[in-house]
Amino acid sequence: MSGILNSSIGRKFAMALSAFFLMIFLLQHFAINILSVFSPDAFNEVSHFMGTFWLVQYIFQPILIFGVIFHFVMGFVLEIKNNSARKISYAKNNGSANSSWMSRNMIWSGAAILAFIVLHFIDFWFPEINTKYIQGDMSGLLADGEGFRYYEELVHKFENPIRVAAYCLAFVFLALHLLHGFMSAFQSVGANNKYTKSLKGFAKVYAIGIPLGFIFIAIFHYLNH
Amino acid sequence: MNLTLKIWRQKNANDKGKLVEYPISDISPDMSFLEMLDVLNEGLINKGDEPVEFDHDCREGICGMCSLYINGEAHGPDRGITTCQLHMRMFKDGDTIVIEPFRATAFPVIKDLVVDRSSFDRIQHAGGFISVNTSGNTIDANAIPVNKHDADDAFSAATCIGCGACVASCKNSSAMLFVGAKVSQFALLPQGKIEATDRVLNMVKQMDEEGFGNCTNTGACEVECPKGISLENIARMNREYLKASLKG
Amino acid sequence: MALDSKIPKGPLKDKWTNHKNSINLVNPANKRLIDVIVVGTGLAGGSAAATLAELGYNVKAFCFQDSARRAHSIAAQGGINAAKNYQGDGDSTYRLFYDTVKGGDYRSREANVYRLAEVSANIIDQCVAQGVPFAREYGGLLDNRSFGGVLVSRTFYAAGQTGQQLLLGAYSALNRQIGRGKVKMYSRHEMLDVVIVDGKARGIIARNLVTGEIERHSAHAVVLGTGGYGNVFFLSTNAMGSNVTAAWKAHKRGAYFANPCYTQIHPTCIPVSGDHQSKLTLMSESLRNDGRIWVPKHIKDVEAIRAGKLKPTQIEEADRDYYLERRYPAFGNLVPRDVASRAAKERCDAGYGVNATGEAVYLDFAAAFMRYGKEQAHVKGLDENDDALVKKLGQEVVKNKYGNLFQMYEKIVDQNPYETPMMIYPAVHYTMGGIWVDYNLQTTVPGLYAIGEANFSDHGANRLGASALMQGLADGYFVLPYTIGDYLANDIRTGTIPTDSPAFDEAEKNVRDNIAHLINNNGTHSVDHFHKRLGKIMWNKCGMARNAADLKSAITEIAELRKEFWKDVRVPGTNEEFNEELAKALRVADFLELGELFAKDALLREESAGGHFREEYQTEEGEAQRRKEFQYVAAWEYKGDPKDAVLHKEDLVYENIEVKERSYK
Repeated sequence: MSGILNSSIGRKFAMALSAFFLMIFLLQHFAINILSVFSPDAFNEVSHFMGTFWLVQYIFQPILIFGVIFHFVMGFVLEIKNNSARKISYAKNNGSANSSWMSRNMIWSGAAILAFIVLHFIDFWFPEINTKYIQGDMSGLLADGEGFRYYEELVHKFENPIRVAAYCLAFVFLALHLLHGFMSAFQSVGANNKYTKSLKGFAKVYAIGIPLGFIFIAIFHYLNH
Repeated sequence: MNLTLKIWRQKNANDKGKLVEYPISDISPDMSFLEMLDVLNEGLINKGDEPVEFDHDCREGICGMCSLYINGEAHGPDRGITTCQLHMRMFKDGDTIVIEPFRATAFPVIKDLVVDRSSFDRIQHAGGFISVNTSGNTIDANAIPVNKHDADDAFSAATCIGCGACVASCKNSSAMLFVGAKVSQFALLPQGKIEATDRVLNMVKQMDEEGFGNCTNTGACEVECPKGISLENIARMNREYLKASLKG
Repeated sequence: MALDSKIPKGPLKDKWTNHKNSINLVNPANKRLIDVIVVGTGLAGGSAAATLAELGYNVKAFCFQDSARRAHSIAAQGGINAAKNYQGDGDSTYRLFYDTVKGGDYRSREANVYRLAEVSANIIDQCVAQGVPFAREYGGLLDNRSFGGVLVSRTFYAAGQTGQQLLLGAYSALNRQIGRGKVKMYSRHEMLDVVIVDGKARGIIARNLVTGEIERHSAHAVVLGTGGYGNVFFLSTNAMGSNVTAAWKAHKRGAYFANPCYTQIHPTCIPVSGDHQSKLTLMSESLRNDGRIWVPKHIKDVEAIRAGKLKPTQIEEADRDYYLERRYPAFGNLVPRDVASRAAKERCDAGYGVNATGEAVYLDFAAAFMRYGKEQAHVKGLDENDDALVKKLGQEVVKNKYGNLFQMYEKIVDQNPYETPMMIYPAVHYTMGGIWVDYNLQTTVPGLYAIGEANFSDHGANRLGASALMQGLADGYFVLPYTIGDYLANDIRTGTIPTDSPAFDEAEKNVRDNIAHLINNNGTHSVDHFHKRLGKIMWNKCGMARNAADLKSAITEIAELRKEFWKDVRVPGTNEEFNEELAKALRVADFLELGELFAKDALLREESAGGHFREEYQTEEGEAQRRKEFQYVAAWEYKGDPKDAVLHKEDLVYENIEVKERSYK
């Protein structure tokens, strides 16, 4: 087992594992967010639960942050290493003849997503941490005490059309990333068999459906408020 | 046909190298790509110039020696073939064809279009075998029945010709299709299972040491592979490797 | 020197066992003190190097390709024979022996062939243990198919890539020894001379093809597994780099060259398409299991086809001449290669060739599609009378058997062989002749061995399909590693052979002088120019049919061409770099000598036997006519010019087989 992370396949495997984790997280994130479209109350309830439940806050959240950082750092490390495996590049390279644009540009879609996550943290996560752990307000209530603050905060963020556009663009990159990443993760952990064909269909649904859903949520709130 | 060739010329491993343009005329569409280069070289020699060096041997797509990157693709625009099986009917009169060597840090250029692929051999030395001595009294061949499906899959993996098109096509210069094919061939056969753990660990270790990149599953290798070696072999190697890592 | 074949005494079936029991062995500790050079890493050389290293010898292996895996054995398609009798169709060691001697037109050495048949079964066991993925049946056991010249199914195969799979098996065994440090591999190295010290082969001079460095390598014995010399014809199914240089240098240093005129012209190759052609491509003989060979019966149909007015599929059954089935009803399309090739030439010479050059016949799978399709439809419970469906099912079966060959054909010819019959024509493929060796595979130079296609011993005047792989591996895995011990047992106290002796000096100087001459020649024509001219002479005058007048003129023409070559060849660049033209020039220089000896040998052999067909010696039906007085091996001793070569005869004695007229009717 020792040194597995130093081997090419070990790293591939680690990338895939963190990807699976992030993809499950994404699904869960989407499931909660879509509630905001149908029922602000339900959204508030679930958000408050997630924001205050110890298992989520002290166990899942650090793992998630680690997973995100690991996935990014490893992604960049591998990219640099892979680039050094061909020091002189081709004068003419017809990459589109044998592979998808998405598969060849994971680093760029990934970097775009990273930029988005920074924006997203500034928008939601940092204020959230500030409210809960620095100011010590674990109540989840609005300043006037009239109900939960989560829905209001969400809606408020989507008033600015520039931010909405930035979010939408980021989700397009997320879709591109997932269009290759989903199946790639399965391949990396060695799952390529008779189910692969059907899984490919599901991968497309997931890779396009989830980001599209997020875009829908953002535009929905922008248009409704 | 009349064509313009842009060919990578590099005197030796230390030379910087550059693309040089050569016009060529009266090319028959029935010629193979290498026969077209023969014509070019004949002309260069007669003019007193140095011919373009390129690797080739069997010229029937099985030895794996030919290795050109033609118009941005390993073994050129056709599928399921090596460069020696590429025919000029794939091109049109007036085309410009860019010809480069297979490029990877683990495949250094020797001269012009000739590269050193001994890194592939070293990976095989590390574990691409079943340890059985030539005694003449191994058990009868039919004492080891093999499920036909596995035998066919093992054969498909074993048809790899070691040309390096997978590495050349991969944006990461990864050798995983090559290594995966060999690991798979033996992993699928009962004879190969005994050494499976050491084999995959040693071969992957050597592959990493040779300076090949990591696989990001773009699938370019499978598309460009003249023998159509499947990506399933990489998945199988990944499984074998993880299994072996847990054991070892 | 009298030729001593050193055939062991005793009954045929005990010779090999008794011989192994009585020869000298080298103990394991002493093997570590002994070096062996193996040149060539094909089936013979690769398997020999691996096995010698397993036994404990220090092996240095050489190949001119960039990797041991690229030796031309890799291109063998159809299969490997072995007397396993897995099909229960009456096969046996004796029958394989008998078929091989008969197939070779009674011009091979009985004892060697019997040994070959004897160890054939071990080869399959060994290869399976190594992980060679042979074709299997649904029950998990090995499958067989049938090949030309035999009445049983004894050919083991891996689709149309059997040579590749067997070579990769030998390569894997070699890799294991390289990994252990027991074999030192020198790829991109070409042997340019063998060094004889005190009458024994003690090393080689090799050129590093990357740097041009001339290197000296010493050993206690030298083994040549360097393949055949079919490229003397320029156009052949051999790889571009296949050459006679190592064998020819050995010949010039005292090894007799046997039966150079025995060349196999393979009947099923893709026809020549034009002057640009650099090599010919073989379509496996196994295709004759399922393909039927024909030309149109009527010359008007031939003309219509050539004019593009008629398609072969439009010709009625009754208007087709399945000439092999007509002439040889017992063996039909599966007659031996020499017979099939000559029959194709006969039809084409008579004007029935079906392509623009008039040198092609059809190989048709339509009947096989329907036969297999009906079987499949029956198995699957589908409509057996639905022709379109049956054809499709049949094509699937054929695709599974020969898919890679069909694809190869389509890529080269640009016609779909599933829809229209293939066009084929004979091409130079294999050379039965080679360096003379005794029963121990030792040449006339002590310590110099020749194995595989490089030697002459097992195939007589014609090789049966799927027997080359068998011989290469038998020699390398099971024969040479034991017989060489008998010789090396005397070398356990010799110590490392120094490379600074006068013999090495002289050999190296010789090589350097030759190279300097070629580089500084500044002639007007490229190497290929001369090689193509040599090929034309060989094909026209020493090809499928030969006669005294042509052979005589070939001898003069080749000698003249050789002179012209040395005066007028242009080799660009320098020695001290990667220089393919120089490498080619050195090879062609040797072909130009061999070619002359080839013609001289063919002229001497006033009979027709196997691949050697003399127009003067044929039966009324146009079959080959053997002559009793030529029942010998012609082994040539080098004496300067090829024309001065001295003939030595090894009489062939058949004690266990009745020498009969070879009939496949």
